Amino acid sequence: MFPEFFPARAIRQAIDGFVDHLVTDYASTLEAMARPLLNLLIWIEQVLRDSPWWAVTLVVIAIAWAVSRRIGFSIAMGALLCVIGMLGLWDAGMQTLALMIVATGVSVVIGIPMGILMARVDWLRQVMLPVLDVMQTMPSFVYLIPVVMLFGLGKIPAIISTVIYAVPPLIRLTDLGIRLVDREVLEASRAFGASTRQQLFGVQLPLALPNIMAGVNQTTMMALSMVVIASMIGARGLGHEVLLGINRLEVGRGLMAGLGIVALAVLFDRITQSYGQRQRARIGGQR
Amino acid sequence: MSKIEVRNIYKIFGPQPKKWMDAVKGGMSKEELLSRSGHTLGLRDISLSIEEGSIFVVMGLSGSGKSTLIRHFNRLIEPSGGQILVDGVDVVSLSPRDLETFRQRKMSMVFQRFGLFPHHTVLENAAYGLAVQGVDRAVREEKARHWLDQVGLNGFEAQYPHQLSGGMQQRVGLARALATDAEILLMDEAFSALDPLIRREMQDQLLRLQAKLNKTIVFITHDLDEALRLGNRIAILKDGELIQEGTPEDILLNPANDYVQAFLQDVNRSRVLNAAHAVRDEPRFTLTMRSRPSHALERLQSLKYDYAPVLDGKRLAGVLTLSSVQQAIREGARDVSAYVEDIASVPATTGLDEVLGRLLRSDQPLAVTGEQEEFIGWLSRRKVVELVVPPVVEPEVSAEANEVAAPAVETVS
Repeated sequence: MFPEFFPARAIRQAIDGFVDHLVTDYASTLEAMARPLLNLLIWIEQVLRDSPWWAVTLVVIAIAWAVSRRIGFSIAMGALLCVIGMLGLWDAGMQTLALMIVATGVSVVIGIPMGILMARVDWLRQVMLPVLDVMQTMPSFVYLIPVVMLFGLGKIPAIISTVIYAVPPLIRLTDLGIRLVDREVLEASRAFGASTRQQLFGVQLPLALPNIMAGVNQTTMMALSMVVIASMIGARGLGHEVLLGINRLEVGRGLMAGLGIVALAVLFDRITQSYGQRQRARIGGQR
Repeated sequence: MSKIEVRNIYKIFGPQPKKWMDAVKGGMSKEELLSRSGHTLGLRDISLSIEEGSIFVVMGLSGSGKSTLIRHFNRLIEPSGGQILVDGVDVVSLSPRDLETFRQRKMSMVFQRFGLFPHHTVLENAAYGLAVQGVDRAVREEKARHWLDQVGLNGFEAQYPHQLSGGMQQRVGLARALATDAEILLMDEAFSALDPLIRREMQDQLLRLQAKLNKTIVFITHDLDEALRLGNRIAILKDGELIQEGTPEDILLNPANDYVQAFLQDVNRSRVLNAAHAVRDEPRFTLTMRSRPSHALERLQSLKYDYAPVLDGKRLAGVLTLSSVQQAIREGARDVSAYVEDIASVPATTGLDEVLGRLLRSDQPLAVTGEQEEFIGWLSRRKVVELVVPPVVEPEVSAEANEVAAPAVETVS
């Protein structure tokens, strides 16, 4: 037997008690706070599902063109979206797309400021690095349970757990990108009397943008890999189809839905990557 | 009052510089500080005063603290101790907000690796200082265009920095620094990353601009030739300490120690030193056109000179030799004016390389004249040779140099 250093069982119970306490006292408050987010998600989902398929495809083509300025690439992206429809998964695909958009949006809103802070405040970086490691390696079910207890089954806990899992690379790469900005270029901006805000928005963020976009790309990929788990706690969409396939031992259904997820992944990946590449090409000379 | 006054600046790099300040002030060496505390001594007790409108060169090898020093002027680096007065205001005591204004208005900076913003066009780069100040786009772009034109970059406004060559990128850097109309220009090894031809061209351009603008320029370099070419005054740093400070001539003629001496070995001395440095040390004796021949003869004989310069007003008119004075006396002339012979002369600012060429072509005495053609003195052949050939040489070589010079010296003096 391993000697007991501290009462592990007591700690376990204390945590249980704490979560219970949270759930009984604050669950409704938290749910109310998450309400706007839920409304946003539902609204996006409605828009995507109610719009005709060709309208959504056209918007995707337009976005792809806006970030890459390549016609062939944009049409290929549109075609990829149509593949999901052809697999008979349009509706589920749109639900997943909405979840992805909101999860990515929340990740960006949390991740980029966090990354900026980490690049500026050294002690915060020391604290955050191990925390990020834990967020990425902790099995997601561990935090899925308390999140579901607090928010109930549904879309909100799905988004929260997806964000917890997907936000670390964005934070890391924002921090890295800002730290990698050429020291002399930043010095030049300081030497001309730029304020902290002017340095950040005029020099550091624009030059870190390729790295930040790589972070966004990573985040979307990781968020997509969470959709199946998210479907277990009530998020519908492609993940739900995969789950049904598993439960009913329908290999075909699972495979089709899996392919649909892959198609969405490729779509997100290529679009975010080509945006980053264009920024990099513009900055040019910088390594 | 000088434009920039640096007083007893110390810089210690490390987590607790304050704790070790007293030890460093007490004379602890750089090595001892590093081994005892893990702190690096950046600068020790640097005091300089930089005159308005001059080019002040700080020179030293890498690790000598020169880049650290220049970053103290606009406080990109905070000093551990000391004061920096610019127009009488202590930069070290400025609040963050005042410091921003100070950087915007008083000083601009040019960087070794250019420090251009890769995501901005050449025009936006040149206008950056004004953009930071909040100047309207139209106004700042017009100004930026003007300065880009001044540095010869007309037509490149819409390009991005990485599309330009190194020399052109540094011109953008220079235009950006000039566009804010700051009175002080800090140049951190500004031309060191450029190849020699371009570097020379940029130095010329800087000197041309400076003749027009009359800014106070602090120029950092590790290249003594560059320092001597640009600097009105030069400070030499080594291991964070000021070794010598003076005019280029001071440094060349009176190196403070072996370290400076070693620097001077490879320098093209004849380009920095000029005719004025090689004037003979002897009693100055001049005649005028009105001098009486008997008086002239008497003076020449008493000083044992074979000839003497004759002035017309302040201007050098020519030379009177002993034989022509004697002739004048024989012919009973009233003054020496009719017996004055033409004399070769060089302006005092002529580089010694050119002077050397003239000396080799003729063995006639050579007069050194000032700006209004006034007589400064005779050129000494011995001095020219001594100045051009570095003093620390093998004994045989200097003996040989003396031999070459000896006959020439005899014929003139």
